[in-house]
Amino acid sequence: MAKTIRVNETPLVLYTLRRADDALILGHRLSEWCGHAPMMEEDMALANMALDLIGQARSLYTYAGEAEGEGRTEDDFAYWRDERGYRNLLLVEQQNGDFARTILRQFLYANFADLYWRAMMASKDETLAAIAAKSEKEMAYHVRHTAEWVIRLGDGTTESHARIAAALDGLWAYTGELFEMDASEKELVDAGIAVDLSTLRAAWRDNVKAVLDEATLITPEDGWMQKGGRTGIHSEHLGHLLSELQHVQHTIPGAVW
Amino acid sequence: MAGRESQPVPATSFPLADTDARLAHARSVAATVTDPEIPVLSIDDLGVLRELKLALDGTLEVFITPTYSGCPAMNMIALELELALEKAGFDRVKVTTVLSPAWTTDWMTEAGRRKLKEYGIAPPSEKRAGRGALFGADEVECPRCGSVRTNRLAEFGSTSCKALWQCQDCREPFDYFKCH
Repeated sequence: MAKTIRVNETPLVLYTLRRADDALILGHRLSEWCGHAPMMEEDMALANMALDLIGQARSLYTYAGEAEGEGRTEDDFAYWRDERGYRNLLLVEQQNGDFARTILRQFLYANFADLYWRAMMASKDETLAAIAAKSEKEMAYHVRHTAEWVIRLGDGTTESHARIAAALDGLWAYTGELFEMDASEKELVDAGIAVDLSTLRAAWRDNVKAVLDEATLITPEDGWMQKGGRTGIHSEHLGHLLSELQHVQHTIPGAVW
Repeated sequence: MAGRESQPVPATSFPLADTDARLAHARSVAATVTDPEIPVLSIDDLGVLRELKLALDGTLEVFITPTYSGCPAMNMIALELELALEKAGFDRVKVTTVLSPAWTTDWMTEAGRRKLKEYGIAPPSEKRAGRGALFGADEVECPRCGSVRTNRLAEFGSTSCKALWQCQDCREPFDYFKCH
C-alpha cells in the first residue's frame, strides 16, 4: 500500500512546493462553494477561480517533481503528504465562513499573487517564469472580481458591511506570512530565481487600502501575525481539508478516473 | 475540416526521408482538431497548436500550449491529436505541453476571431479597460446585432475563457471570449 512520501526539499523544490500548496489548498477551499454560492453567477465565478488555482498548482507540482528528480508526479505531492508535509500559507487554509469571508480571503491573496507572479516573470528559472506569465493574467481577474465584491459589501448594507469588516478583522493576522522568507528562499533570491517578497509589501498594502477605502473599511494596522504554514505548522483546519482531498486515494491507492 | 467519411492520406505515402512533406501533412492533420468547448475553432485558429517536430526515429512530437492554467480541454485536445495523427498513419505520436511563451488572446488568428463571431461568441475586445479597472469598462460588440451598447452579466462564464454579456439593443445574452 502506498504511504506518505518524504520529499527531498532542496531550496528549489521547497520553493515550488510552497507556491503549489498555496494554489491547491485555496483552489480546494473555493471548490467547496460549488453548488452553495449565494447565486449562480457567483457559483460559477468561485468554481472558475478554483479551476485557475488548481491549474497553477498542477504546473507547479509537475515542476517540483522534475526539480526533485525522484520521478514523482503532481498526484504524489497532492495525495501522499500529510498535514505536516504541506507548506502552504495559513491564510489559504482558513475556513470559508460566509461569502464575505471567502471573498476577502481571495482578495487579500489575489492582490499578493498578482504582484508576485508579475515579478516572477523576470525569474531566471524559465519554467517558473512561464508559469508566472500564465498565472498573472488569471490573477488580474481574481483581483478585479473580488475587489468589486469588497466594495459592494463594504459600501452596501449595514449587514454586509458588518460581515466584511468582521472578515477583515479575522483574517488580517494571516497576511504577514505572505511576505515571509527564510534562508532557503533568500538563497534563491540571490540566484535571481525567487522574488524578494519584502519589495512587494508596500505596493500590496497600497492596492489593498485603495479598495478598502472605497469600501468604507478601515485598513488594519499590522500587529501580531500568525505564521507556521511554510514549515508545516498549520491551523486545525488543514487536516480536515486534506482528509477530504485525499480520502479516495487513501482508500483505493492509485485509483484513476 | 475534412468530412468524417473522407479517408486521410496515410503518412506512409510520403517517402520517409521527405521530412518537410511529412511535417506539413502532420500539421494539416493536427490543425483539424477542434476545441471541444468551442467546436468551430480549430486549435490552429486558437493558437494552441505551437509546432511539430519529427525525430530521427520517426516519432512525431506535437507541442501545444494551454489557454488557461486549469483549462480542462487540454487533456481532450491531446487525446484527439493522438487519434487524428494515428489515423493519418503517424504511429508514434507524442503530445507535449509547453508554457512559454504564454498564450494570450493575440495568438488567436483573424480567421479564428471571425469564426467565433459567426458562432455567436464575441471575440476578445481590442478596446479593453485597464488592468485594474473595476466594474467592467471593456467595449464589447454584440456578435448578433453589432451594437456596442452591451453590459457584463458575469465575469466568469460557462468555461474559463468566457464571460457572460448581454446586448442592450437586441437584448440577447452572449458569451464573450475574455482577453488574456
